Amino acid sequence: MARRVTTRRRLIVTAIAWVIAFLIFFPILYTVLTSFKTEGEAVSVPPHFLFFHWTLENYIEVNARSDYFLHFWNSVVISVGSTVIGLAIAIPAAWSMAFVPGKQTKNVLMWMLSTKMLPPVGVLIPIYLLFRDFGLLDTRTGLVIILTLIDLPIIIWMLYTYFKEIPGEILEAARMDGAGLRDEILYVLTPMAVPGIASTLLLNIILAWNEAFWTLNLTAANAAPLTAFIASYSSPEGLFYAKLSAASTMAIAPIVILGWFSQKQLVRGLTFGAVK
Amino acid sequence: MTVRALMGACALGLIAGGAMAETTITVATVNNGDMIRMQGMMGDFYKLHPDIKVKWVTMEENVLRQKVTTDVATKAGQYDVMTIGTYEVPIWAKQGWLVPLKFPASYDVNDLLPAIRKGLSYKGTLYAAPFYGESSMVMYRTDLMKKAGLTMPEKPTWAFIKKAAKAMTDKKDGIYGICLRGKAGWGENIALITAMSNSFGARWFNEKWQPQFDTKPWKETLDTYLDLMKNYGPPGASSNGFNENLALFQQGKCGMWIDATVAASFVTNPKDSKVAKDVGFAMAPHKQGIDKDANWLWSWALAIPAGTKQAKAAETFVEWATSKQYTELVAKKDGWANVPPGTRTSLYKNPDYAKVPFAAMTLKSIEKADPEHPTVKPVPYVGVQFVAIPEFQGLGTAVGQQFSAALAGRETGAQALKNAQALTTREMSKAGYIK
Repeated sequence: MARRVTTRRRLIVTAIAWVIAFLIFFPILYTVLTSFKTEGEAVSVPPHFLFFHWTLENYIEVNARSDYFLHFWNSVVISVGSTVIGLAIAIPAAWSMAFVPGKQTKNVLMWMLSTKMLPPVGVLIPIYLLFRDFGLLDTRTGLVIILTLIDLPIIIWMLYTYFKEIPGEILEAARMDGAGLRDEILYVLTPMAVPGIASTLLLNIILAWNEAFWTLNLTAANAAPLTAFIASYSSPEGLFYAKLSAASTMAIAPIVILGWFSQKQLVRGLTFGAVK
Repeated sequence: MTVRALMGACALGLIAGGAMAETTITVATVNNGDMIRMQGMMGDFYKLHPDIKVKWVTMEENVLRQKVTTDVATKAGQYDVMTIGTYEVPIWAKQGWLVPLKFPASYDVNDLLPAIRKGLSYKGTLYAAPFYGESSMVMYRTDLMKKAGLTMPEKPTWAFIKKAAKAMTDKKDGIYGICLRGKAGWGENIALITAMSNSFGARWFNEKWQPQFDTKPWKETLDTYLDLMKNYGPPGASSNGFNENLALFQQGKCGMWIDATVAASFVTNPKDSKVAKDVGFAMAPHKQGIDKDANWLWSWALAIPAGTKQAKAAETFVEWATSKQYTELVAKKDGWANVPPGTRTSLYKNPDYAKVPFAAMTLKSIEKADPEHPTVKPVPYVGVQFVAIPEFQGLGTAVGQQFSAALAGRETGAQALKNAQALTTREMSKAGYIK
């Protein structure tokens, strides 16, 4: 007995969806609007929503004060590098856990997840000392390593979930046709799991792009990504909200654009296997 | 002969190249107007020292504190110059984490304001050079004060502040008599309330490091704070810090604001402040009969960590950034009102600087603060609005949360003091201060 969907009901649901979407998007919209205000207008009470003196002075000052492209390039290298290396390790790991599980597979998966439960600050000092001794402080290589390690459990879990949805019989058939392990993963499993792998890739790039604990603590001048760029405009003694908003807008713009263009892939991947 | 000449030329070239080799130093600093201005003045430094290149790492104050502490404690050597405050200097110098500063006679160390110099020294040796110094004072609306029929004395008492706050409050028009910090944190509400407690004769610890929150002066301090804020303060004050109060004052919502002297240049700047023309200044309040004001002392200073490999270049930079010449450079380019305040006696003797409306009150406030004798009764610690021990950041924030909860109405003042006493006693016993 399917419920009849009336036009009125559809209108109400659409309106609610738009309101919720607007509420979620509002902080980003407000940040973008604030970035075009003067510092005085940024804190004016009541706030001016659209009718204010629009200015580009914050963007000009932020560009003059900071090397945006250095931070941007660091963010790209760190997020893409850690995700690609993470995937290269996680695909075979997830394959083995999904298709040839052992007695301890569940425990291994839980153990991996449990590493995410430890607050990062708990291991800051040991990691910092290791980085110091290996000369990895303030290097992109160091950040790629650490972000690969901290995102690996999520990548493996996501891929494991996607791989579990693929019938093992297909892989068996490939094996009977003479496919080796490499061919099985590369030519049979991977093409079938592309939506899942793509969404894992995109999600992890976003996670690595936004990671602000390790990227702030392990960098200084050379490898600092956009998170450090934003943080440099925050101040507890002085009103720099407009400049901070301009810096935030410049930092999130690339990832928002990437998300916008890949949203179909992202949604498809995230809902992959959700409905049978 | 030709070969020998060539070899000689190469050797000379190498020596000359070595002499001109560029040294890069990394400077960790906070994001505030004066520090940002300095980054714009670097052309002058490069002209004087073409062999030194400076890389800036600008951070938010709490991030900076976390990062430079990790760096200096592990001797990682990521930074060659660090911006630190009067809280860190005595603790870090005691640990041997900082390079003692020895400047040539031309730097004129004796010109540094005595209170600031004391705050940045350990056992008589200077470990950080002050870039700017601040105290706290009362900033008030002259127009509202006049309308209330009152005159702000140069040294107001807490009783007068209450009277004025009451007279200036007009909640219908959204004007609140007084704005004070309410946000929990050792550098937020605790800075204000600790400085305030000094003016009531209170202290954090007695000579045996026993917490004193169960004493009468602390009760008086917190009762006065809560009375002022609950009756004449803005709504939601328990989440207001420096920036929130600055925004309120600039928008004309506060009659009085007791906070850092550095705020004076913001509230009198007509570009951002709606009340720029109507601001007056007075000393931080005191209680009748007690010779301690509720003003604090802070300085952002440049220090060289012991782990640096570029100590010489770092010292050259610190010397330039905190010199008299730098002050003159800023005055020439951006005007006297934008010169980093509160570090040198000569600045306050300068007739051009004397014309800046808040200059005299800033100097008086700084001079009144004594970090070595901050309270009426003797204390075993150094620091006016903080206690210079490593445990204070955690302790101050925990106590700040109690006071903030009392302001938000989640507990009474008496409960907040009782909890503060219990948690401080517990932590100080654990840390081995209380035998």
